[in-house]
Amino acid sequence: MKVIVQEAEFDPWKAVSEYQAEHLAEGKHGGSVTFIGTMRDFNDGVDGISNMYLDHYPGMTEKHIERVCQEALKQWDVMDALVVHRVGAIEPNDAIVLVAVWSAHRAMAFDACRFVINDLKHRAPFWKREATEEGERWVEGNSVDAVADQYSNAKKAG
Amino acid sequence: MKIAVKYFASMRDIMGKTDESVELNDDANITDLWAKVSTSTMPENTLIAVNMEYTSQAHKLVDGDEVAFFPPVTGG
Repeated sequence: MKVIVQEAEFDPWKAVSEYQAEHLAEGKHGGSVTFIGTMRDFNDGVDGISNMYLDHYPGMTEKHIERVCQEALKQWDVMDALVVHRVGAIEPNDAIVLVAVWSAHRAMAFDACRFVINDLKHRAPFWKREATEEGERWVEGNSVDAVADQYSNAKKAG
Repeated sequence: MKIAVKYFASMRDIMGKTDESVELNDDANITDLWAKVSTSTMPENTLIAVNMEYTSQAHKLVDGDEVAFFPPVTGG
């Protein structure tokens, strides 16, 4: 299992094939599922988003994703997982995130991949700031239905 | 006790800083910490982490804790 948080651009297909060649035993995995999140030039009713800055919490981000991958490996019969997530300056069409999982059977690979990317979108500490024609704006959160319900200050102390 | 406080994303804009060190009385919790760093009500849906783990405002702090305040996340 490997989790990489990086500023540099990356080719997700190359990352998957290189990781598979290096870490997966030949003939043992029956299915691999890959999710690639890519930057759009439109969001939330606004066109012409020229670029984006992705902020994160160094340390917590990696720790959180590693734990989610460990959970996926435990919950489903997943052999291995690779997550690469960009931070910093990002342009339209850039790959933002890659989640790849390998399993003996397709159903487990689909379920584990969905689990990881959903958690990553709703709980991992990343924040997008988009540059639009009207200026820069922080993207409204994904986590309202997940972490917020559990931990935000909407749920008061006590 | 001394607490390291970090702010991320729009919370940095609201607080006007990225981090600070705060002295608190023993037995203080997150609510006490917020009252020390801001005179405003904590923005709705603010998320809180102590030592890089999500937690709630009732969390009791200990000397040397790292506390982060940030808005709902938008990764992926």
